[in-house]
Amino acid sequence: MGAYIIRRLLYAIPILIGVNVITFALFFVVNSPEDMARVHLGVKRVTPEAIAKWKQERGYDKPLLYNDSAAGATRLTDTIFFEKSVKLFVFDFGRSDQGRDIGYDIRTRTWPSLAIALPVFLAGLAAYITLALLMAFFRATYVDFWGVVLCVAMMSISGLFYIIGGQYLIGKLWNLVPISGYDGGLDAVKFLVLPVLIGIVSGIGSNARWYRTIFLEEINKDYVRTARAKGLSELRVLFRHVLQNAMIPILTGVVVVIPLLFMGSLITEAFFGIPGLGSYTIDAINSQDFAVVRAMVFLGSVLYIAGLIMTDLSYTLVDPRVRLE
Amino acid sequence: MIGDHMPFKLAILSTDVLVWLLVAVFVFYAWYIRRREHLLVPWRRVVRSPSGMAALTVLVFFIVIGLLDSLHYRPALPDKGDKRVYAVEVLSVFDRLAEPLRTRQEKTYSAPLATHLYAKEIIELPDGRPGRDYPRLKNGGAHLKDPHADWVADVAQRALYGIAAAAIVWCVLTTFLCALLARRRAGNMDHAWHAVWRGETEVPWRVVLLSLALVLLISGPLVALSAKYHVFGTDKVGQDVFYQALKSIRTGLMIGTLTTLVMLPFALLLGIMAGYFRGWVDDVIQYIYTTLSSIPGVLLIAAAVLMMQVYIETHPERFDTTIERADFRLLWLCLILGVMSWTGLCRLLRGEALKLRELEYIEAAHAFGVSHWRIMSRHILPNVMHIVLIAIVMDFSGLVLAEAVLSYVGVGVDPSMNSFGTMINNARLEMAREPIVWWSLAAAFCLMLVLVLSANLLADAVRDAFDPRIRSRALSPAQLARRLAAARPRPAPERV
Repeated sequence: MGAYIIRRLLYAIPILIGVNVITFALFFVVNSPEDMARVHLGVKRVTPEAIAKWKQERGYDKPLLYNDSAAGATRLTDTIFFEKSVKLFVFDFGRSDQGRDIGYDIRTRTWPSLAIALPVFLAGLAAYITLALLMAFFRATYVDFWGVVLCVAMMSISGLFYIIGGQYLIGKLWNLVPISGYDGGLDAVKFLVLPVLIGIVSGIGSNARWYRTIFLEEINKDYVRTARAKGLSELRVLFRHVLQNAMIPILTGVVVVIPLLFMGSLITEAFFGIPGLGSYTIDAINSQDFAVVRAMVFLGSVLYIAGLIMTDLSYTLVDPRVRLE
Repeated sequence: MIGDHMPFKLAILSTDVLVWLLVAVFVFYAWYIRRREHLLVPWRRVVRSPSGMAALTVLVFFIVIGLLDSLHYRPALPDKGDKRVYAVEVLSVFDRLAEPLRTRQEKTYSAPLATHLYAKEIIELPDGRPGRDYPRLKNGGAHLKDPHADWVADVAQRALYGIAAAAIVWCVLTTFLCALLARRRAGNMDHAWHAVWRGETEVPWRVVLLSLALVLLISGPLVALSAKYHVFGTDKVGQDVFYQALKSIRTGLMIGTLTTLVMLPFALLLGIMAGYFRGWVDDVIQYIYTTLSSIPGVLLIAAAVLMMQVYIETHPERFDTTIERADFRLLWLCLILGVMSWTGLCRLLRGEALKLRELEYIEAAHAFGVSHWRIMSRHILPNVMHIVLIAIVMDFSGLVLAEAVLSYVGVGVDPSMNSFGTMINNARLEMAREPIVWWSLAAAFCLMLVLVLSANLLADAVRDAFDPRIRSRALSPAQLARRLAAARPRPAPERV
């Protein structure tokens, strides 16, 4: 097991290097730092001095890959690639194009993101699995049929409409909770109820339907018939035996997103004014802050790979037959 | 040159070219499978699915609008001397058909079917004094003498005309269909009609006709009313929302289809190669797709679109018109989405190719000395096509939804291009107005829901028909009901 984890971690390194090279190529080779400076300072009527100053302030004035003018090892380290891309490996994100410390921003903004993402994840999972099991319980009846129809209809509605509709109905019309905003401590709860609720509801369609197919695949197996034959109630068969045996396909889709919860949701946070990592990314995109976007791309990849490893590990927890060698 | 005397000049946008290429591929595919029974079998199952056919009927309307909107030209300006001059503005055939919708601008917001503006302004009152009141619209209901008295009757009358026209179209199509069916089975029209109406035909024509009736019933009055009113109101700058919503269809269809066109070559080639060659080829390809899929999708798209924006802004000389710039951006967006989304299909194809390469017929091909390339293209590719087809239709609705989100984030299509995302984005702040401006959002919601829902239903039908695993699995109640209905003995089964 330990050897397996170490091997997987080592395997992650070339992937992260790949991610790094892709983002580096995208941000520095496709368009030169010169172009970026122009976009930030205005395309027309910008003096070469202003561009040089902008680049120098942000450390974009160095050569891309190889520094001729430096001596020794600094020939490789005193470059944009080393300063901006290699340093990401030790989670040194540097400063944003606006001059703020990205690492500090990420650390403080993770908590509001988690405060939304974690309840949505946990309560959502419970709700979707329960609904799916109920549909499986009523399989081949009209309850199941209309349940699926409803699911297909719900998954055909864009997530934006759930947010706009929910904000209008609950926030504006019924005045139950504030439409948007955030506060520290326990006061945060009243701001979090609505985004969490909408997050769960908007996922019902696709998730409940997906879990239903997983359960229906299990339900015809022999052990289910045995469980029924020994006199267990249908609900007990479903919620205990079928659920446990369907864990592997469920975990495949679920565990991988757990680390990504830290990243928050772009859309939800932007709509509700939550100062999390999602809205941080959106702000960076809108103000064309490439340093922040680059850091978030790298962070997202790291978390995704962590999720993949966790998925494999979780298999051993739910299925003793799985051995990681 | 001949072009000098044409009343218009073709303006070929790059996305148009790709769309018509796609249509050509589709026509070729239809022609290719026409005489190949084994390829037709799954399609027959699709055609027999009522929900799939209902969805297809609705989708045809969307596709026709999208295709009409993909024929662009530049109209000739009024004659000045012997040489024709063409307008800078690029129009599509759809724009020409919807000319009144496009050109009749108001000053600002107005509610659906309204005759007056949404906000009060200082205008000259009937008695000659200036005062604050809702001014009349320039075009919406401008033909009414006394809007307060005549409005209801006029709207009802026009709606009824629309319904009547829809009924006529429906009757003509139904008669045509019955005549066709009657000819095919050498019966008379009456029998054909009864078979259709009782749902005894192999293709569920009854469902098709009912959904056609529904679509016509809704679109008939809309079209009839839009001649004199703004059926979905107008937006902030006074543009007709109905027109914007219809124009958005093309963008949605483009994103949904062109992305697939972009990703297919990657996924097919790399996926089959990885599974077929194994070894280091497999390692390299797996590395590439793991790396790409580990980057969070939205962020990579955002990064790529930001970079493209920088390119557009620093190279303004490359793009003559706004529409060309918007078109470039759309194409680029499809490209990025395609690069992002081939990994999933590639993984599936790799798995399937791994399985297929061990089969005896491939071994036999090896023994006969068939080249690798030929084995992949002739023996493996046709046997993974069902996966490809299912992936294409399943991806479509997701991509249409993704466009809305991306445009909201600011990395979607060009803000000047009509799309559901731009409509929602613009409408976001309108919900906070008092009284609330809901019509832009409602129009985008309705059209998007219908488009995505029918795409989802069709995708389900295609998946059920093509996926070999599905048929061995537990039946859904709808399938069960269909099975039971099929098993029930019928008096004199007449297959049309």
